[in-house]
Amino acid sequence: MRRFLAGRLLQAVIVVFLVTTVTFVLIHLAPGDPIAVALDRPGVTEAIRDRMRVEYGLDRPIGEQYVRWLGNVATGELGYSFSFRRPVRDVIAEALPRTILLAGLAFVFSFALGTIVGLVQADRPNGRRDRWLGRALLLMFSMPDFWLALIVLVLFAYRLPLLPPSGIVDPVMYDYLSASGRFIDRLRHLVLPVGTLTLLTTAAISRQQRSALLEVLPSDWMRTALAKGLSYRAALRRHAFRNALLPTITLAGLTLPGLAAGSLFIEKVFSWPGMGLITANAIGSRDYPLLTAGVLIISIAVAMGTLVADVAAAAADPRIRVS
Amino acid sequence: MRASGRFDEAGWPRALAGRVLRDPRARVGLIVLLAVALCAIFAPLLAPYDPAAQLDIARLQSQPPSLAHPMGTDPFSRDVLSRLLYGTRISLVIGLGAVALSLSFGIVVGATAGLAGGWVDAVLMRLVDAALSVPRILVLILVVSLWDSVGIVPLTLLLAGTGWFAVSRLVRAETLAIRDREFVVAARALGSTPLRLMVRHVLPNVLAPALVSATLGIANVILLEAGLSYLGIGVRPPAASWGTIIQDGAERVSELWWLTLFPGLAIIVTVFACNALGDALRDAFDPRQLPRDTTDATFATEA
Repeated sequence: MRRFLAGRLLQAVIVVFLVTTVTFVLIHLAPGDPIAVALDRPGVTEAIRDRMRVEYGLDRPIGEQYVRWLGNVATGELGYSFSFRRPVRDVIAEALPRTILLAGLAFVFSFALGTIVGLVQADRPNGRRDRWLGRALLLMFSMPDFWLALIVLVLFAYRLPLLPPSGIVDPVMYDYLSASGRFIDRLRHLVLPVGTLTLLTTAAISRQQRSALLEVLPSDWMRTALAKGLSYRAALRRHAFRNALLPTITLAGLTLPGLAAGSLFIEKVFSWPGMGLITANAIGSRDYPLLTAGVLIISIAVAMGTLVADVAAAAADPRIRVS
Repeated sequence: MRASGRFDEAGWPRALAGRVLRDPRARVGLIVLLAVALCAIFAPLLAPYDPAAQLDIARLQSQPPSLAHPMGTDPFSRDVLSRLLYGTRISLVIGLGAVALSLSFGIVVGATAGLAGGWVDAVLMRLVDAALSVPRILVLILVVSLWDSVGIVPLTLLLAGTGWFAVSRLVRAETLAIRDREFVVAARALGSTPLRLMVRHVLPNVLAPALVSATLGIANVILLEAGLSYLGIGVRPPAASWGTIIQDGAERVSELWWLTLFPGLAIIVTVFACNALGDALRDAFDPRQLPRDTTDATFATEA
């Protein structure tokens, strides 16, 4: 286990290092001058820009800049966001918990839902219910994240104004609400983004759950369970399901990149001010410090999540530790 | 496909094709994709208007679907149906190009890692694992927005460059599985070069999983391109990709619903057809014989 842990930790370190380095290389390869873009206003003379370059260390040799960049990332010194007019670190510190809330809820719901759907499908593999569910899930799987979000937005926030279209709280009423009213207001703002992300993630998860279940069905212990008189359904729930749970933990880690990408689009459509929205908006406002930091932080968060999932899978299943 | 030896028989492609075509998912997928391809090829004949022409230059307005414009017009008064038909070309060209490139690259890297073994393998696969755990869209966003906007060719290269990781894992697993089999050892003993080993023995064996991964990969690339276009950093205007059309109407999606609905349906139909065909192919190649990586890999590429 210790060996496995060390290897897996090394892997996470490589990811973070690679992402940080690639980001640095990309920033420096990109055409255009970050200072010129940020200070592209009349009245800003070349002398001021030069002073800024010195201040930000952009006149130093590339190697020195790289080392400093690594140090800055390690200490969370991520620069200054031009569009928010605040340090990037503060902007991210505010946005990250919101994304974790959104993605976390969707993660839990879609696992519950995906597992149930997978079980229902495996109940009679290739039966009519399995086939239709499979088609419906494949359709869901084929939808662009932002498109489903836009459709949901139009249907349930505009055509049928059941739920708020954007934000995390009502911009006007929230301050005047009671404590329970505030809670309900927050919940109502969560429904559409979490619901959409859940649907999208469920499609991927239940497909995997079904095949994980089908994979353990032809095992010897499954035959034994049936031979000793258990009904198929009972054997499925008591034996197959437990064995299919092990790949589920690994699957949880594999879901994270998709979840992060999904929440980027969902946040953009529903104006949910988390990591995804600030990253997406940083593209339009050319706020490069914020954009790179957003990409960096999301990637590192995903790498950490995957690490946790892998370690959990190894703790649950000794076979993983050995290989 | 490891133990069966059916690839040694001359008639295997036909037998396999027969098995695939018996699956309704494959038939539906192939027919839809054929229709989409025809739309792309004959777009100039099918499109009622010039996709870039601003038809009512006096009142630049978006009009709802009508007889003259079955899918309405966009805020620049361009015909959506014509733009959608031409968009088919962009989606297909980018999808096919990116996947063909990433597939070849993935096969080369995977086979190299598998045949070389040792530290080459260890380093390559560590890097691939690292790359697989980063959401692909984030890398694309970073590169494209730093370079402002990109043309179709750079975008295709970029999608290919970020899409080969899963394939290389798959090919490596398959290569490892056959590396020590007798026919490979014999070929090596007879003096086969690594290149010959790769072409004669590894390639035929990885073809099936690679084909599955390619079909699913095209679906994925179409979705990614649409996503980038929606964020405003897809193919450079005035070229119209499906995602671009949606983006043109996204700000006022409630009023201009036709700009979201129709291109979205085009994306879903195409992607669904690719996915259905991919699923059918995977089942035809017998899932139990595929390396475990296949299922994981197709899942991981989806980000």
